[in-house]
Amino acid sequence: MATLVTPLSGWGRFPVQHCELDRPERYADLRPASVSLIARGQGRSYGDAALNDNGRVLLTERVNRLLEFDVEQGILRAEAGATLAEILDVIVPQGWFLPVTPGTKFVSLGGCVAADVHGKNHHHDGSFGNHVLGIELILADGSRVACSPSEKSELFWATVGGMGLTGIIGEVALKLIPISSDFVQVRNHAADNFEQLFRLMQDATFDDRYAVAWIDSMAAGAQLGRGIAMCGHHATQEEFRPGFRNAIKPKRSRAIPFDFPAFALNRLSIAAFNGLYFRQEGGKREPFLSGYDSYFYPLDAIGNWNRLYGKRGFVQYQCVIHEAVAFDGIRQLLQALSDSRRPSFLAVLKRLGAQGKGLLSFPLAGYTLALDLPIRDQGLFTLLKKLDEIVLQHGGRVYLAKDARLSAESFRAMYPRYDEWLKIKKLVDPENRFSSSLSRRLEMGGAHE
Amino acid sequence: MSEAVLILGATSAIARATAAAFAARGAALYLASRDAEELRRIAADIQVRYGVAVQHGLFDAEATDSHTAFFKSVLAAMPKLSGVVLAFGYLGDQQAARDFNVGAKVIAANFTGAVSILSHCANYFEPLQRGFIIGISSVAGDRGRQSNYVYGAAKGALSLYLQGLRNRLYASGVRVITVKPGFVDTAMTYGLPGMFLVASPQAIGERIARTLDKSADVVYLPWFWRYIMLIIKHIPEAIFKRLKL
Repeated sequence: MATLVTPLSGWGRFPVQHCELDRPERYADLRPASVSLIARGQGRSYGDAALNDNGRVLLTERVNRLLEFDVEQGILRAEAGATLAEILDVIVPQGWFLPVTPGTKFVSLGGCVAADVHGKNHHHDGSFGNHVLGIELILADGSRVACSPSEKSELFWATVGGMGLTGIIGEVALKLIPISSDFVQVRNHAADNFEQLFRLMQDATFDDRYAVAWIDSMAAGAQLGRGIAMCGHHATQEEFRPGFRNAIKPKRSRAIPFDFPAFALNRLSIAAFNGLYFRQEGGKREPFLSGYDSYFYPLDAIGNWNRLYGKRGFVQYQCVIHEAVAFDGIRQLLQALSDSRRPSFLAVLKRLGAQGKGLLSFPLAGYTLALDLPIRDQGLFTLLKKLDEIVLQHGGRVYLAKDARLSAESFRAMYPRYDEWLKIKKLVDPENRFSSSLSRRLEMGGAHE
Repeated sequence: MSEAVLILGATSAIARATAAAFAARGAALYLASRDAEELRRIAADIQVRYGVAVQHGLFDAEATDSHTAFFKSVLAAMPKLSGVVLAFGYLGDQQAARDFNVGAKVIAANFTGAVSILSHCANYFEPLQRGFIIGISSVAGDRGRQSNYVYGAAKGALSLYLQGLRNRLYASGVRVITVKPGFVDTAMTYGLPGMFLVASPQAIGERIARTLDKSADVVYLPWFWRYIMLIIKHIPEAIFKRLKL
């Protein structure tokens, strides 16, 4: 089996690094190498989490078999290379859904565990790891070990959110949730400024299983932080009108065939789009039904949307602010962004529930803000440094699955359970065989940097 | 008609995709290969995704002595066997040309083993006057090149064998289809230099299953390889021997 040496990047297309790719097709070929290795699923982490500069990257995409589906209990066991899209194709027609889903279904199961991803329902259901019944992990010595919340639980919680650094995730067993239709009942509520929007997100009467707010990142001054709160739940049989399905035309998926020129996304075009979106979506007063695809995965309808940001790529900055100071913290972040006059095509606010058991998991009780920022010049990194400080001052942290530029020092301050994690890492991988560009940048894993 | 198909060499990427394409048409499957763990995993996957019956068993193409018993066990498990896909193959490496021990393995895996198991299949289908045999050969069998001529010779021999078998079984109404894939994106070709027009195993698998709906006897996949090979076959030997291919 040959390896392929090629420039590689994450979804943000920054940074680009030379990596040695290995793409096994057999489960037995998921194994550590004599050199530094990191597993990579669909490459949908944004920064350098699934990169290994001058090291080995193990592509898991071909090791994607669905092994067991208990239709009665809603339990699915699959190899970690399987994508959520493949899983949905099988489970939705049988009346089951993913307990937690990120904003794209083109991610691997292993990636969901390694990044302990969250969705719009974290404040109710927690993160992905909460619903994982068990995994099979391939360790640095090549052995396969089963771990779960009850068996080798320390290793399990070091792997959930562990960014692939404890071993190669081979198999995952997942508890699904039942649904009675494949539609989502959605309510939108427009808010003219951040105070209104934030109050909406806290309002228990407006809340639902899924809740998210879109923020018009270009609005400034009195309108700073205006946006639309959107919440929803899987439509019940009563809400789902028969015959409705026929009224919805399946959307054709389109792809961005080339890199947009750098000027395509500018302050003017984004402001125009945002104004339009605010009026269109904010104008929806009545609850409405939405297919699960367009509700959970609107961007999946545009293949390679990352090319919209041009050749130089972009950074997605996602952070969480502790709930006690969330209003001030998020407002300061939005103000800093507005002052920088840098356009952000996307600004999304979500509520997060209690912190889970994953030692390096991102979510903690509070509010998370995600911004897509195109890389135009080095000034962006100065701004992000400033945002890091605001986050740290407000008891928050930056999401590693999105990150491409955090400092090791800030990482340590943001992830206080790192030392606990390191103890387990050293136990199972004393030679630090599993490492990535991210782990070296953040100085994770110990001696063999 | 619902089919019952035996896939020989079921754990390669092309075979896996072909099995999936047959399952999507509702076919029951019997997957056979040397790799017990992969067989279990692929069989489970196809069962979960397509809800068809999938059985599996160990099969070693090179161990021709075991083929009689193997085929008997397939028929016991799947009495209504309606077709066979021969998907095993072994590329070997450059060594094959210089070291006969390696070359012999390439010949055994690609040709001798195929002749052995297909003779059982042909003898079974012939009196029943039904059934199909799809043999996956290779464009490498169309002309000998310095880079892989032992593999090419074995695949070329397989193509000739399938041609003869087709001629023999025509009278009995048993179809024999020769499939010649070009470059396919599999573990066999991953990371190799000089690959072009590489097809996905899914696309090849779907087209292999669809050969049953058409009447062609020899199918290049994707189709344009027919013309690429036509050109390559017609380069005069005096020129061809000087090329670095």
